[in-house]
Amino acid sequence: MSKMVTLTIDGIEVKAPEGSTVLEAAKLANIKIPTLCYLKGINEIGACRICVVDVGVKNLQASCVYPVAEGMKVITNSPKVREARRVTLELILSNHDRKCLTCVRSENCELQRLAKDLQVDDIRFEGKKNDYNIDDFSDSVVRDPNKCILCRRCTSVCKNIQTVSAIETNERGFDTIVASPFNISLKDTPCVNCGQCINVCPVGALREKDNIDKVWEAIADPDLHVVVQTAPAVRVAIGEEFGLPIGTRCTGKMVAALKRLGFDKVFDTDTAADLTIMEEGTELIERIKNGGKLPLITSCSPGWIKFIEHNYPDLLDNLSTCKSPQIMFGAILKTYYAEKMGIDPAKIFVVSVMPCTAKKFEVKRPELSATGYPDVDVSITTREAARMIKEAGIDFNSLPDENFDDPMGDASGAGVIFGATGGVMEAALRTVVDILTGKDNDDIEYKAVRGLDGIKVAEVKAGDLTLRAAVAHGLGNARKIMDQIRSGEADYHFVEIMACPGGCVNGGGQPIQPAAVRNEIDICAERAKAIYTEDENIQIRKSHKNERIMKLYEEFLEKPGSHKAHELLHTHYEERENYPEECCGNI
Amino acid sequence: MGCKCENNCADQKVQELIEIIDKHKGKKGALIPVLHDAQNLYGYLPLQVQKIISERMNIPLAEIYGVVTFYTQFSLNQKGKYQIRVCLGTACYVKGSGKIYEELKKELKLSGDGTTEDGLFSLESCRCIGACGLAPVIMINDDVYGELVPADVPDIIKKYRDRK
Repeated sequence: MSKMVTLTIDGIEVKAPEGSTVLEAAKLANIKIPTLCYLKGINEIGACRICVVDVGVKNLQASCVYPVAEGMKVITNSPKVREARRVTLELILSNHDRKCLTCVRSENCELQRLAKDLQVDDIRFEGKKNDYNIDDFSDSVVRDPNKCILCRRCTSVCKNIQTVSAIETNERGFDTIVASPFNISLKDTPCVNCGQCINVCPVGALREKDNIDKVWEAIADPDLHVVVQTAPAVRVAIGEEFGLPIGTRCTGKMVAALKRLGFDKVFDTDTAADLTIMEEGTELIERIKNGGKLPLITSCSPGWIKFIEHNYPDLLDNLSTCKSPQIMFGAILKTYYAEKMGIDPAKIFVVSVMPCTAKKFEVKRPELSATGYPDVDVSITTREAARMIKEAGIDFNSLPDENFDDPMGDASGAGVIFGATGGVMEAALRTVVDILTGKDNDDIEYKAVRGLDGIKVAEVKAGDLTLRAAVAHGLGNARKIMDQIRSGEADYHFVEIMACPGGCVNGGGQPIQPAAVRNEIDICAERAKAIYTEDENIQIRKSHKNERIMKLYEEFLEKPGSHKAHELLHTHYEERENYPEECCGNI
Repeated sequence: MGCKCENNCADQKVQELIEIIDKHKGKKGALIPVLHDAQNLYGYLPLQVQKIISERMNIPLAEIYGVVTFYTQFSLNQKGKYQIRVCLGTACYVKGSGKIYEELKKELKLSGDGTTEDGLFSLESCRCIGACGLAPVIMINDDVYGELVPADVPDIIKKYRDRK
């Protein structure tokens, strides 16, 4: 227990732990201090000066970084404080690209909200404005520096949490800009497309590459059979876009909404997650038995894949050759499903709704086209799906629950938990342990790999073998594990890595919660809870017990790891240079 | 610099750069001295140089570029053999350094800060160089010229042109 200090804030006596900030102490007294650049755990630098308070010294101080002290008297609401905050905000607004009406973040913009809260009813300062080009060359992330308020949350998450550092603060003074070095497009940088920068951006300076038009166009084309698949993490977050509490399970409503948008079939990516477990589990067992490259590392997260291609090319052989579930699904839809339904694969248009921006990049990888056509045609984020539902005038909250379509709609609980960190590991263990022991084990909840610790390690008994497993989420944590593997310190059999902190539930394509919410609620934990509840409510909780999958092998793929399975469901990776010279073009 | 990668042309300079990096590497705050020395070596800090520094020091390129563009001392563009710095700070400016700058632009056929086509001169406006008593002041490499009038400019430039 740390020592407590007593201070007064606006006349209220507060006891706060020594070393905490005035902002944190104010929260204990239920006093709200407005903030802008501050984001708990990610950006605590006192840069924007919106949170200033009077602590009895000459100048107002930024409460998000000012430590509490015994006997301190703080005033958070006085004419001087209010005026200082408002002028600061007015100066930020003076060169902001105020296209709020057409901004993707309108109504979910922290700057807009603040302008309203602080009663800025006029733009007093009309000064020079920056006029930057928008970087929309990346398949995943669009950067609009004209809307940037230089809070540095994005550079912090990119550098400190993800250890990617694709963007930084460049130049100085009025010319200060957040951008990649030499103003190179994100496309040509080591950016892994994780989209964490989008999730932390308080304004519309970072957003996903919008693919909605392509989806509408396909739906409207009578010649196309348009199929949509939804990833596990989407169903536990999409409700937030319609005002539902964080962690609300909306599977039935989501399916109903997608059917009403006009998709011909609505399928569940979880089914393909089960398929992934069959292939990856088999790969793991084979590598263990035949002395193959270990540890085997998961390959579901496309942000992670690009990260390893840039940073650990010497360890690419450790990656599972399995395509990610969305891509496996696309390949199956354009072969097995096409055959079964008697549809020309050229006429099947596969859309995926993903919690992820990196999936947009993944679907464009030329090697992921088993039939000669892209396995998946277009990937959209949870946010884009919600925008389509709104655009179509569908009242999401009053929709009835509907079921995924046959024949590819059944999934096990193991497929669902793919959406949270540790989920792929747990799903794999449920199957691998059964196969290795030849038994149907009842003990299937591997709690050691659940939760939000950055790196989780578990030892699991499977007959004679003790499986050593490790799980990392967030690329900073992935880097730690990879360094251990590279140096030979680690001797794991199986490693799960997800690029985003918390896993897919906190993917770069998920609903954006403002700092005011993120500072209070752990959105990863809430959404993950919903994922595990979903798992508990499904009768079949092991991938190899999913009859749909068994049938798929019987009728089409023969057995896991077969020649046909390899052709359709497996892939390869390549080393990627950081800032390749031949394509370094400025924006 | 003209070289395309670490291993082909301009090998010798790259070797020197690597020596510079290794000399400072591991020390706290090593990046700035490395950038200083690298700029002295190349005259500027292009992508290829920053990439080598990034890889060898294990510092992301984005961070290095952020530092380079923050400090006006560092340059992303090739400098001339003779680097002319014109002080446009308060004292020099009120004493007419704006006109000196205009005259230099005319003499060097430049439209603003930049490098002449033959690579002989680069022009750079700057703030105080610490010689206000001599205002208006310019520096050409390490030479200081003070109490100037626009008519002095052609002769000064000629001196360096003749030197080649």
